Amino acid sequence: MRAARTSVVAAISALATITAVAGCAQKSDAKGSDAVQVTASDDACEVSKTSFPAGHVKLAVENKGSKVTEVYVYAPGDRIVTERENIGPGTSTSISAEIKTGSYEIACKPGMKGHGIRQKVSATGKGAVAKRDPKLDKAVAAYRAYAQQQADETLPVAQKFADAVKKDDLEGAKKLYAPSRVGWERTEPVAESFGDIDPKVDVREDGLEKGQKWTGWHRLEKSLWQAKKITAADHDLADQLIKDLKDWQKRVGTADITPTGMANGAKELLDEVQTGKVTGEEERYSHTDLVDFEGNVEGAETSYKLLKPVASKNDPELAKSLDKQFAAVGKLLDKYREGKGFVSYDTVTESKRKELSDAVNALAEPLSRLAAAVVTK
Amino acid sequence: MSDETGTAPSRRALIGWGGAGLALGAAAAGGAAAALSGGADDTRTVADSGAAVPFHGAHQAGIATAVQDRLHFAAFDVTTDDRAELIALLKEWTKAAARMTQGHAVGGGAVSDLAEAPPDDTGEALGLKASRLTLTIGFGPTLFKDRKGKDRFGIADRRPEALIDLPAFPGDNLDAARSDGDLCVQACADDPQVAVHAIRNLARIGMGKVAIRWSQLGFGKTSSTTPDAQTPRNMMGFKDGTRNIAGTDTAALEKHVWVSGKAGPAWLAGGSYLVARRIRMHIETWDRTSLKEQEDVFGRDKGEGAPQGRQRERDEPNLKAMLPTAHVRLAHPDSNGGARILRRGYSFTDGTDGLGRLDAGLFFLAYQHDVRDGFVPVQRGLARSDALNEYIQHVGSALFAVPPGVRDADDWWGRALFS
Repeated sequence: MRAARTSVVAAISALATITAVAGCAQKSDAKGSDAVQVTASDDACEVSKTSFPAGHVKLAVENKGSKVTEVYVYAPGDRIVTERENIGPGTSTSISAEIKTGSYEIACKPGMKGHGIRQKVSATGKGAVAKRDPKLDKAVAAYRAYAQQQADETLPVAQKFADAVKKDDLEGAKKLYAPSRVGWERTEPVAESFGDIDPKVDVREDGLEKGQKWTGWHRLEKSLWQAKKITAADHDLADQLIKDLKDWQKRVGTADITPTGMANGAKELLDEVQTGKVTGEEERYSHTDLVDFEGNVEGAETSYKLLKPVASKNDPELAKSLDKQFAAVGKLLDKYREGKGFVSYDTVTESKRKELSDAVNALAEPLSRLAAAVVTK
Repeated sequence: MSDETGTAPSRRALIGWGGAGLALGAAAAGGAAAALSGGADDTRTVADSGAAVPFHGAHQAGIATAVQDRLHFAAFDVTTDDRAELIALLKEWTKAAARMTQGHAVGGGAVSDLAEAPPDDTGEALGLKASRLTLTIGFGPTLFKDRKGKDRFGIADRRPEALIDLPAFPGDNLDAARSDGDLCVQACADDPQVAVHAIRNLARIGMGKVAIRWSQLGFGKTSSTTPDAQTPRNMMGFKDGTRNIAGTDTAALEKHVWVSGKAGPAWLAGGSYLVARRIRMHIETWDRTSLKEQEDVFGRDKGEGAPQGRQRERDEPNLKAMLPTAHVRLAHPDSNGGARILRRGYSFTDGTDGLGRLDAGLFFLAYQHDVRDGFVPVQRGLARSDALNEYIQHVGSALFAVPPGVRDADDWWGRALFS
């Protein structure tokens, strides 16, 4: 399990390095228009100008290729500034966006897949642009890809879970419940940044506001483990969960992610473990807390690994301590593995929970200094 | 997640705020230390001054020091097996303790760090005086050899003979979760916030190397090391601890409290042994007990605190006038072959238990040069016969070897043990 996790991180790092993609070319004639002409084909993404004034920017897009394409404008760290999907072969469209001073990338994605063919552009104007270590931009972009990947991989599992609920397959649904949450748990700070989705998919009964309808995973958890039966209302809840998760999947790319946000997000994941999982509160019916626990730790470790090139330069001692404590928590978790998952958390005694809590504290305390190590020059 | 690329004010602009609180604390501490240097015994005057007790010296502060009003006591398990890491922690703790006892914040302070990072100091003592904070460290038997018999730090052969495993006493109902520990730190201060702040920050510094095993808050000191001051009352309403060893009685301290270079291992010379016992009181049944029985149980009158048959609190007790089961009679040195211990206990009230009973009692702390002729014989006698046993129960227990004082800025807690 631990080895698999490391390889995920490695794969993402590799992905992030493919930013310089061939096939981009600059088109010289601007046709006298203020709009930035974007000419997409199956193997190129031409832009009429690579520098334009910040503010209200219009992109005139023409798809000259044979595949359906989409066009994105990315801020550093691959945050989506604006995007347009489903641009058919031979069609034109225009995209407008408010673009601040700074560096961006315009990407065409023939076949609406992958990293896209990218072209560096800049919006110019008043005010100096904060220059960030390119290594950090790379880390943010890779983390965004990770968050997207987690959402993308969650949907099929969540769908299977929902299908089991709808087929009144109690045991099948129980088995799929915890796995359907892993991607969410790994990227919780990003997922939670969409304030409207989190209360719909991950709220616990005691977190409800007056008048709020209880939906999401934990409502189904209660049906499966406490009521031990699936009702017609649960069928609708399963559909609703998938709908809300699709919303999350679609919006992950727009999340506001910064290097310090990644570092503090890692710490927040450990906070989640410390306040909700170690106590057994989160999964009070299913007792699958250790699955969430591991998801949170994996997400935190991914953030850390991506920031490590910068952090270990600024604070080598901190990096050493984090490597050690991540390993210690992993080793401790290994004790509780059972089959593909973990033992039921209600079998973990008070003194063993304290041991887990101490290990989380030992990791979270240095992790709280990661943000400083990322910003320190 | 916030956007750091915008036009937010520079975090560096905020750093200037950091120093102010520290400078203030330093000035206050300096003045207070000067006030204390006359050897003032009057607890109240010293407390009001918010004085700083000197951290460096031949003995650790917090033993003979005039007892402060509040306590936060913490026992730790060492979670690392790495000797170098433990030593590094003890050095770091010493540095932080030296700062906090003098009224300074830990490390870079409570507000002087980067805006993106949590500050070094947790900040709740910012602007408070040193409040006579003392921090006293002790080493438990399991530091020398853990429960599995493993010598994790290569010091098993340095375990003092007197650092015994305390015997089981009749009536004990010890909770493992409130007992023992590889290390302990006793924080005493006149301001509870200052004591709590100190333990909290040491625990935080220690995360990954140590973990808090249990801790206890205390208030209303139940014994005095200042003979001129009134003896405070315990939760049963009685004065208990009148005959304590005075912090100024150098001869008695040498004889009963400090470990001599001859009797114990060299590394412990100038140190002591600390017994910590959480003694729960059955408050409700005690309150329903007649005044006569209450006074007979203690062997003192309740109002003045005088020994039975005497007039004033400090009159020489006539032990024979008391019941053979009276607490004072059994605890008295004359009933224990002259054994004396220095008590620094505190009352505690941790709210109520699940049955609505006040979870209160005495957190007993006693220092002596050897528990085998200090606490153990005295407690044996008490456990066997004390009339008070009907109203109390020992629920937590720990024993620590307390190293000598930190000599100077280059010295650190436990240097002699680990060198």
